[in-house]
Amino acid sequence: MRHGKYPFIIGFLAVPVALYATFVVAAYIQTFQLSMTSWSGFGAIKFVGADNFVKLWNDELFWKSLRHNGYLLLLLPIVTIALALVFAFLLNVGGGSKGGVTRGVWGSKFYRVIFFFPQLMALAIVAVIFGRVFASDKSGMLNGLFPDSWSPWLFLADERWALTCILVVLVWQAVGFYVVLFSAGMGSIGEEIYEAAALDGASRITLFFKITLPLLWNTIQTGWVYLGIAAFDAFALINIMTVDRGGPDGATSVLAMMIYRNTFEYSQVGYASALGVVLFFLTLTFAALTLRVTRRDAV
Amino acid sequence: MSNLTATPPAKTAVAPQTAKKHREIKAFNSLAHIALVFWALVTAGPLLWVLLASFKSNTEIFLGEPFALPSSFSLDTYFSAWDQAHIGRYFLNSVFVVLFSTAGTMLFGSMAAYVLARYRFFGNRILYYLFVSGLAFPTFMALGPLYYILRNMGLLNSYIGLILVYIAYSLPFTVFFLAAFFKTLPHEIDEAATVDGASHTRKFFQIMMPMAKSGLVSITIFNIVGQWNQYLLPLVIMQGQGAEEKWVLTQGIANISTQAGYHAEWSTLFAALTLSIIPMIIVYAVFQRQIQAGLTAGAVK
Repeated sequence: MRHGKYPFIIGFLAVPVALYATFVVAAYIQTFQLSMTSWSGFGAIKFVGADNFVKLWNDELFWKSLRHNGYLLLLLPIVTIALALVFAFLLNVGGGSKGGVTRGVWGSKFYRVIFFFPQLMALAIVAVIFGRVFASDKSGMLNGLFPDSWSPWLFLADERWALTCILVVLVWQAVGFYVVLFSAGMGSIGEEIYEAAALDGASRITLFFKITLPLLWNTIQTGWVYLGIAAFDAFALINIMTVDRGGPDGATSVLAMMIYRNTFEYSQVGYASALGVVLFFLTLTFAALTLRVTRRDAV
Repeated sequence: MSNLTATPPAKTAVAPQTAKKHREIKAFNSLAHIALVFWALVTAGPLLWVLLASFKSNTEIFLGEPFALPSSFSLDTYFSAWDQAHIGRYFLNSVFVVLFSTAGTMLFGSMAAYVLARYRFFGNRILYYLFVSGLAFPTFMALGPLYYILRNMGLLNSYIGLILVYIAYSLPFTVFFLAAFFKTLPHEIDEAATVDGASHTRKFFQIMMPMAKSGLVSITIFNIVGQWNQYLLPLVIMQGQGAEEKWVLTQGIANISTQAGYHAEWSTLFAALTLSIIPMIIVYAVFQRQIQAGLTAGAVK
């Protein structure tokens, strides 16, 4: 009955596996191999052992970039998830109950549609828009809104604030997605749980912390991992928005930017690969840690 | 962050008193609306500002009244964005690439997922985990090797190269998601079709694919959006002689942004941005529900 099973299996798997092996698996394996060489992208490949990693350890820009990734990694999930939770809660249970049915506030569907839209836009296009929003003269949206008596804010041109501008843009884009995600989660929490709690006289704040938050924990955890991975990237924003792509004076440099520049601008493919390897282990550690630390028994 | 404070003051648990309860709900509701309207403005504001600025002259843009109406609504900036700044070409390039890459991703992704989900054979698990492990690797960690692999194959700066790479990098999630989906489909129909003498291939295309429609729609949307918005991969692949002709929209916009800085042609940049956002708004308005479902599908599992 299982006639011709193997030819079928091979026929179906051949193309996808070949594509995946050629462009993804091979590229990743080569990253690990090249991280031990001093290859420039041309000529012979010379094995240098752990030299790249020693060099990396002593590279000031590497530690700086790592701190910037850490800053985004810490704040992007916290700010985004906090805002998204509040908005999702207001949309879903904010309206209180009438006739025994908990409803969202008036117009909640409309808000959800608006909030979600930025998620659909390419990060590159968002970067171009916000590059202008944060422009350091009167042509910028924010400086234009400020009173004329203020001297213009530098935003991206200010070492102290440039990275925060990047964070703001990332949050701006991400919040709506998590509002929708958490809304879906809240929708699946049974009405009767809220009603029972409301009957017991629980205020909305109590409802939020004692019922909504614990029941949404798994979704929040997934969101945390996704946002963390996004924080390791941010390449499009940094490459398009910032002064000198990673500046001013390295103030917005991140690992992704270093990998790109070392590969395509400084002809240091070996070094870039070593950075890639470090990045790989960092991402993996982060995902494993998040899942472990935030693990709770199923409610 | 002021919106974080838009929650009512805490109250102690008391027996519900209708009058008090009503006042409380009213106060809460208005605070809720203030917070929500605030975020709606924060979301839509920059987009509206881009639209307004696309009709303004440089002088008007530098006036410091970002939300003032433009003095005239001439479409000249749009013509120059479409023609001289080549937004039209970049747009069509993106359409062309995403059409083929998403079709390819769906075809090959569902073929692999189906076989891995429903057939037992030696190496099944190994292949499955090989695909899924791709989810854990950040794309940009292997930029250099990817570039040289493509160069050695002569695929740099070609649509075929870009499309194949899009497909390859979309496979992990597509296979992961669809394999889980194919597993849930009932086995009875499968067996009945086998008894009736349907071949494996026919079973896949005529029975399994239609049954998996909802999953396929979600993941198709996910891939269209992801590939349409891709910036890093085209940046790496579409470089070299004559590459500008083949740039996709994200690359094109980024470049117009740099050019606008040199030539101070800000309104053209804003017109270009508007032109690239409007199609998204239209598509979003029509398929709003499916798009939300498709994009969140990954996180819900």
